[in-house]
Amino acid sequence: MSQTQQHVAVIDYGMGNLHSVASAMAHVDASAHIEITQDAEVISRADRVVFPGVGAIRDCMAEIRRLGFDKMVMQAVKEKPVLAICVGLQALMAQSEENDGVDCLDLLPGEVRFFGTDRTDEQGHRLKVPHMGWSCVEQTTAHPMWQGIEQNSRFYFVHSYYVEAADPQQLVGRCVYGKPFAAALSTDNLFAAQFHPEKSHTAGLQLLRNFLSWDGRRG
Amino acid sequence: MGLAKRIIPCLDVDAGRVVKGVQFVDIRDAGDPVEVAKRYNEQGADEITFLDITASHEGRDTTIHTVEKIASEVFIPLTVGGGIREVEDIRRMLNAGADKVGINTAAIHRPEFVREAAERFGSQCIVVAIDAKQVSAPGEPLRWEIFTHGGRKPTGIDAVGWARKMVELGAGEILLTSMDRDGTKDGFDLALTRTISEAVVVPVIASGGVGTLQHLVDGVVEGYADAVLAASIFHFAQYSIPEAKRFMADQGVEVRLAP
Repeated sequence: MSQTQQHVAVIDYGMGNLHSVASAMAHVDASAHIEITQDAEVISRADRVVFPGVGAIRDCMAEIRRLGFDKMVMQAVKEKPVLAICVGLQALMAQSEENDGVDCLDLLPGEVRFFGTDRTDEQGHRLKVPHMGWSCVEQTTAHPMWQGIEQNSRFYFVHSYYVEAADPQQLVGRCVYGKPFAAALSTDNLFAAQFHPEKSHTAGLQLLRNFLSWDGRRG
Repeated sequence: MGLAKRIIPCLDVDAGRVVKGVQFVDIRDAGDPVEVAKRYNEQGADEITFLDITASHEGRDTTIHTVEKIASEVFIPLTVGGGIREVEDIRRMLNAGADKVGINTAAIHRPEFVREAAERFGSQCIVVAIDAKQVSAPGEPLRWEIFTHGGRKPTGIDAVGWARKMVELGAGEILLTSMDRDGTKDGFDLALTRTISEAVVVPVIASGGVGTLQHLVDGVVEGYADAVLAASIFHFAQYSIPEAKRFMADQGVEVRLAP
């Protein structure tokens, strides 16, 4: 729990439902001031920043750049804890295969790739795309954001593209869907998750609680 | 450990109350939707589907309010269906806190609506609901068609071709209801479920006919469903979600056990 009132900016670039993440944070810390915003001033003043995202990457990147959030997110990561979620994570990578190839922010080295429609599980059943539902996340290293969350807890995923991280040091959570992919990456001040903590019940709420007290260091 | 098969309780809501019709006719009251959703959330449901069967406009405003209340207290995915006819309806439901919307009749009237919805909001939040009924005679190769108006009105559209078309247009998931089985408690139409699940690359939710926990297992193991939806067996406390999950796990189905 936080000692002082926290100000959390949830970046709104017009893509999808941001109320879920805001209300889940309000639920774990009723005293926190959560603001869904497009305002650069608010984002720079906030103690913490959430960078969400759903939908197609080309549209997301276009809006992120048009509204100037590319520079704001890069700046925020230098100064304070940032939580990226789903397409928010994918937007931080170098490139995505989606929409015939889209250049992303290149804050984290690695690529975003399509799952493909020809994968099968161990029993030989075809794996559906999108990867939709509850999968286990292996915590590949200790991290303050994993505090109080059991190893291999299930989180809610919904995505057709996945992150292939180029720097193994940044990998903190791994998931397997046909093959392993990055469920969570972290650097100083940044925790980026492919899954939706705001939709992941107890484990997800605990992760959001951890974010509100995270000092931005990895260990 | 792979992806868990999802158990989805469905709330049929009319003017702010949860109801469940037996073949859409005999309606029993099962309570306040916010309380019901919270109970399922606490029990470890993997998702909640909210089906608005309200006809009136005043009732629709109640629905938005109810969805807002559920979304502020329930932190698992929430799908809202019923009466979604235009892009503005989707925007309102997503803003109210829904994660996905179910499109049914509007897709039949104008299939392009599914493409517009998926382009605007992303396939991940577009669920196409298909109400299918067997039309082949005994002895003929199995064939199903799409029906509207609670299964009373035929459309002449082949269910398998329709499912494929919906996915091509951008549906991220199919909610498949057998109108032959809905409300009967005789179990899912397994042949239908399996045929559609094998025909499309997106996840398929089996619906219609659950009366026992074995039916849920059958839907996954024999019907190849990615998720199973049920209403009355949960609403009237015949079984709890944890009982259902334990039963499925004992039969070798991968489920999300402890919340």
